[in-house]
Amino acid sequence: MIDFDYTLTTVVLGGALVGLLSGVFGVYAVLRKQSLLGDTISHSALPGIALVFLVLQVKHPLALILGAMVSGWLGTMIISSVSNRTRIKLDTIMAVVLAVFFGLGLALLSLIQKLPTANQAGLTKFLYGNASTMLRQDVYVMAGFSAVALIVVFLLWKEFKLATFDVDFARSLGFPIRALDMILLSLIVVAITIGLQMVGVVLMSAMLVAPAAAARQWTNRMGVMTLISAFFGMLASVSGALLSSTIEKLPTGPSTVCIITLVFVFSILFAPTRGLLWQGLKRRYNHGEIALARILEELYWLAQNHDSLAHYHELRLLQAINHQRIDTYIANLSRQKLVELSGAGGIRLTAAGLERAESAIEETNGSAAKS
Amino acid sequence: MNNESPASCAPLDVEDLTVAYHEKPVLWDVDCKIAKGTLLAIVGPNGAGKSTFIKACLGLVPTAAGRVNIFGKPYAANRKKVGYVPQRESVDWDFPTHALDVVMMGRYGHLGWFARPGRPERDAAMDALEKVGMAEFAHRQISQLSGGQQQRVFLARALVQDSALYFMDEPFSGVDAATERAIMQLLQELRSQGKTVVVVHHDLQTLNEYFDWCMLLNVRRVAIGPVEEVLTKENLHRAYGGRAAFLRA
Repeated sequence: MIDFDYTLTTVVLGGALVGLLSGVFGVYAVLRKQSLLGDTISHSALPGIALVFLVLQVKHPLALILGAMVSGWLGTMIISSVSNRTRIKLDTIMAVVLAVFFGLGLALLSLIQKLPTANQAGLTKFLYGNASTMLRQDVYVMAGFSAVALIVVFLLWKEFKLATFDVDFARSLGFPIRALDMILLSLIVVAITIGLQMVGVVLMSAMLVAPAAAARQWTNRMGVMTLISAFFGMLASVSGALLSSTIEKLPTGPSTVCIITLVFVFSILFAPTRGLLWQGLKRRYNHGEIALARILEELYWLAQNHDSLAHYHELRLLQAINHQRIDTYIANLSRQKLVELSGAGGIRLTAAGLERAESAIEETNGSAAKS
Repeated sequence: MNNESPASCAPLDVEDLTVAYHEKPVLWDVDCKIAKGTLLAIVGPNGAGKSTFIKACLGLVPTAAGRVNIFGKPYAANRKKVGYVPQRESVDWDFPTHALDVVMMGRYGHLGWFARPGRPERDAAMDALEKVGMAEFAHRQISQLSGGQQQRVFLARALVQDSALYFMDEPFSGVDAATERAIMQLLQELRSQGKTVVVVHHDLQTLNEYFDWCMLLNVRRVAIGPVEEVLTKENLHRAYGGRAAFLRA
């Protein structure tokens, strides 16, 4: 490593571009429930890369990326035209296209390796990704494509959003859905192919889907989701690329995917509102609130029977409701000063408790009347 | 511009409309012409082609034959005069956006390409939410709205389209009583403004109370006209078969 700074900045810049673009366009893949599409596109790109090398004998990044794009785009066009013209299910078509294109790509790669002239500087990096072989030249090409893709998505933001949320309504307003879909699909192809050298065809789909799926956990706005997704994508691919260029023989794809997986799992667990932890706590809180209200109501009816609040009822009566954790709930109520406990195993409502019980009963009746 | 003034043209004039999926006819030779200010209900059994009729009018499904004219012109030439409320189930309500944003989508057709919604669109959307009693939920994530509230958001979105003819696909399906009343008031208000509304409906009981006209559909058009005239035993029998007996008890 003579020029470490050069390699490092190249890797960081390249990683940032890959993460940014796959983060932004992953949002559409996720919201349109087309997560598998990324996998198909990336695998479909492989024969294009191999063919460009085989026929033109060049390894210029622009040529390889264009080859990948044409081939990936061809794969998606086959998918959409077959699914439009036949009754074959989309996932079936995608699985077939993925396998056929990937198989073809692998066959071509092994052919290339048998060529006497082959300078081996491996096209295999396109399988698992290799950030450290990246040159400034690669970054420039990636930056050019990224800029175009981001400008288009910025200009067509409203159209893409509407077509993603409510396609029939968008069509009824006169937006040409087929053309919009085609543009968006092509941009997803761009986002995937520029990431192939770094992440590899095998794992690229994770880079498309995971940042967006993680970002969805943190926000309820599509714009914010896109920003967070881009951030997660950049975070994962920059740190994944740095990891793999410092640890020998660690391909970039797997290291990147491991990091984005951590981000994803963290988001699933800990994001506010949508996170599993938050939802679990909320459910427990709700159960608790309902149980407390039930106990107050119970005491209210007991008090009604006795025509007096002052009367202490036997705790055992409530325990007979046989609610799990009844003692915890009663302790809780008494802490809130909604009930009073007598030393001799008695319980009664306080004035505040009575008020709460009445409003709880009203609420139950109200919602019953409504439905 | 057309020489004929829009006022002299029927808001909706459908002739010989035929739609087929995979060679099976879904709509067969349907005619439907209605006057300005009509509240028209489309009723019929499941699979009668009610939604398909609306979608065919809007060019959302390919037609095998027939013509649809909106104020005397094909739909593609008169889009801005038409508002649309799709079925509530047709979209994913977990989409990351809030009610106000969905309502603003009703202005996208007027905005045209590239332009972003701004202050006027926001104000129009707030007014529409106010009208359907949803102003306080403007910034609520749409998945956190009840079914009836979601339906009202869709109605508000159609209102900001500010159209002369509305198509509504089952707006009353699965809504609470409050929403049903709100929709009813809205329909009557639209009519009093001289607007025309075509509604896919499935409750024969409320037909007379809510609508002026009704089209009975079962692939073919069974009958069309004022509600009382259409809801005869013979017509119902032709549309629903034996199942109609209990419907008019």
